[in-house]
Amino acid sequence: MNFDPRYSGRNFASVGTRPIRPDGVDKVTGRARYGADFNMTGQLVGRVLRSPHAHATIRKIDTSKAEKLNGVKAVITAADLPDLTDGDAALYDILDNCMARKKALYDGHAVAAVAAVDARTARQALKLIEVDYEVLPHVTDVDEAMKHSAPVLDDTIFTEGLEQKPVKSSNVTKRSQYGHGDIHEGFGRADFVVERSFKTEQTHQGYIEPHACVASVSSDGTADLWVCTQGHFVYRQHCAQLLGMEASKLRVTSSEIGGGFGGKTHVWAEPVALALSRKAGRPVKLVMTRDEVFRASGPTSATSIDVRIGARKDGTITAAEATLRYSCGPYAGMWAELGAMTAFACYRLENVRTVGYEVLVNRPKTAAYRAPSAPMAAFAVESAVDELAKEIGMDPVEFRIRNAAQEGTRSSYGPVYGPIGIGPTLEAAKNHPHMKAPLGKNQGRGMACGFWFNFGGQTCTDLNIGMDGSVSLAVGTVDVGGSRASLSLVAAEELGIAYEQVKAVVADTSSLGYNDMTDGSRGTFSSSMATISAARNAIKILRERAAQMWDVPVDDVVWENGHAIAKGEKYGNLAALSLKEIAAGSGKTGGPIAGHSELVADGAGVSFATHICDIEVDPETGATRVLRYTVVQDAGKAVHPTYVEGQYQGGAAQGIGWALNEEYVYGKDGRLQNPGFLDYRIPVCSDLPMIDTQILEIPNPNHPYGVRGVGETSIVPPLAAIANAVSNAAGVRMTHIPMSPPRILAAIEAEREWSK
Amino acid sequence: MAGVAVSTTINGDNVEYLCQPDETLLDVLRDRLGLTGAKEGCGTGDCGACSIILDDRLVCSCLVLGAEAEGRRVETIEGMAHGDRLHPLQQKFLEHAALQCGVCTPGFLIAAKDLLAKNPDPTEEEIRFGLAGNLCRCTGYDKIVRAVQDAASVMKGA
Repeated sequence: MNFDPRYSGRNFASVGTRPIRPDGVDKVTGRARYGADFNMTGQLVGRVLRSPHAHATIRKIDTSKAEKLNGVKAVITAADLPDLTDGDAALYDILDNCMARKKALYDGHAVAAVAAVDARTARQALKLIEVDYEVLPHVTDVDEAMKHSAPVLDDTIFTEGLEQKPVKSSNVTKRSQYGHGDIHEGFGRADFVVERSFKTEQTHQGYIEPHACVASVSSDGTADLWVCTQGHFVYRQHCAQLLGMEASKLRVTSSEIGGGFGGKTHVWAEPVALALSRKAGRPVKLVMTRDEVFRASGPTSATSIDVRIGARKDGTITAAEATLRYSCGPYAGMWAELGAMTAFACYRLENVRTVGYEVLVNRPKTAAYRAPSAPMAAFAVESAVDELAKEIGMDPVEFRIRNAAQEGTRSSYGPVYGPIGIGPTLEAAKNHPHMKAPLGKNQGRGMACGFWFNFGGQTCTDLNIGMDGSVSLAVGTVDVGGSRASLSLVAAEELGIAYEQVKAVVADTSSLGYNDMTDGSRGTFSSSMATISAARNAIKILRERAAQMWDVPVDDVVWENGHAIAKGEKYGNLAALSLKEIAAGSGKTGGPIAGHSELVADGAGVSFATHICDIEVDPETGATRVLRYTVVQDAGKAVHPTYVEGQYQGGAAQGIGWALNEEYVYGKDGRLQNPGFLDYRIPVCSDLPMIDTQILEIPNPNHPYGVRGVGETSIVPPLAAIANAVSNAAGVRMTHIPMSPPRILAAIEAEREWSK
Repeated sequence: MAGVAVSTTINGDNVEYLCQPDETLLDVLRDRLGLTGAKEGCGTGDCGACSIILDDRLVCSCLVLGAEAEGRRVETIEGMAHGDRLHPLQQKFLEHAALQCGVCTPGFLIAAKDLLAKNPDPTEEEIRFGLAGNLCRCTGYDKIVRAVQDAASVMKGA
């Protein structure tokens, strides 16, 4: 049946309410099962041996002593994961990242793994594996890696995207460019030009649950994988390809997930656990330590960005350009490209150009982190925008309002915008009481805007109606922060029944068709679209069954408030049939009643936010305190407003950590110096104030309820908003994230020195 | 290696187990006793996800040896509700949506219970410092603090 995804205004009964989530009780009683909470009989403990070197050729690995240790059931190296990638370069990179093949490319790169009867034996076995390394020169800094003198990680890489193929290999895998107009002409018309360079350090998603899985491969070639992941269907596909299995023979069940933020969209340990299980002939449980999580999973890019923006005296931006260099770890990515696409997306620009460079370094493979690549670009652009407003002598909010993108604006990355929320979030910020609150000594206020695309993607959902009229909703998008509640609300809304009558579950890969992973803020957007479609298919059947029960033409039967109603005066004496009544009789009217949906959820509405924050800086120490924080963001339609607020607050808190504290610190030896929560400090409760939120609802025209993704945009403005606040408080422009006390103090002292 | 025989009380029940001398109480709870409510987020006492109460004292069970539980009282998240009746903190965490992924939640609930036992009427600042040993990456703590405030006022009235 054709499904019309277009928005149509309606009065909601369930959507927009705030019920308790269906998975809540299990999570407050300790009953919910996460990655490491599952066990199988006869299970072994897996452990991974990791390179202590940032860059080294692996000459030889001798596993013989480890294999002889009592209790060791399997030892594997890259030889046990043969290359089945068939020329697929991206898949080969995943394989090489799971287990180093010729070279170890970063401190923490897996080189071998064992499965043993217990953790103690597994740890002992790792010590008995002898790896003969030839240590190579390394590079971990993004700007250093671009120099001609830098050690080259992969001599088969020749920069893509240049007019002529370069003659020498380098660490720059690709150049990308976006924009339109003529920036030279635009800068020529500018009365004021601001030009600045910025750096941001590498951060980790910092989910509290380390990666964990249990793999069980049978000798008949079938396998089960229990794993914490943002996308069990994608994990199935990658694992099956890497192990040479048919996807249908590998059943992947997603556990409850203890945070992902993009970091659980990539396989790391899972193919290793499957390979260990295949060799040992027993189930294998593999759980990363926190040290391994930091050294070998996650992180986002470190960046180096140059921005130049010009404007006329009246506050109109005439031209804007940015050059963005993003570290990718040792494998090619499209991180700088995403930065180049998002950098100026908030603005209506006649002349704009952005250029991105993807840079290889001896650090872990960069993974997505909530609106990947956008926060760093926004930091650079929004800092320069603030400075430009100051030079012109305009209020920074007014300056942004004047240049904000609108419906019909051609975005800096290409497409023309539909109805969007950047203007309204700026107006709301301008009128927010926070903007007028007084500030004290050494305190500064900053604000900034942010953009994220959002994503839709392949989605498959089943809605089954039980004989008792209760509804089972099986979705394939992993629930990372309350989507089972929002999807139950949507099913209840569409069917016209109570929220409590719906039970949503995340189905395993053998029970449902393929779903893309929960990324791009797509969980509620795409699965709600599929849920609406499935519910409408079920309603069609419910109407047919009612028509059959009444013996009337189906076209005379409508569905209203959870009931079939025969329309027309001639049916005046027919009492409405409830969903429950129709379900109870389904055995006699054609069998079980269900609605299914398989679709590509196109039309994810772009999302904008504006953040305001107040920061106090201690000029003697450089220490900062976040005094007040406000998030304004467009949700399209907030399905469960409490969880929408939660997404806004969580993204802001992660951004605050990134802006002020968090960074990967590498030593001269190329080793990560702070792979733990003690030295990689994420914000704790006493670091933060309450985070105020304001939800705007500018309907997405491409979703029946107007829903937009809400998960990611909230991390885009904080780096810039806080940098603007710190710069205002300290009286000096901050250009390097994180703004840790030593960096702020150095900037203040340099400024004092300069003004002497 | 010979195991250590331990007799202890967990959530009011007498429990006996054998463990290795170098085995943490967290591993005993999770791997030997099937009490997986306490989570290992770091294994170094930095995240609080494995929080339990040991003889009225809030501790990270990853920093306690299994053998040290001998003769003591252990309280875990599994003992917080009475039958199907949730503790007010558990109820308020649900009502305020003070959890997103929920993996830090057992630790926060145990730490908040300990906090309110010692200070039934905490200020916002006291709550924030009282819970500073527990990491949450999803919520920004706003709704957690509000849930604890609300639970405190309910418990005072009870």
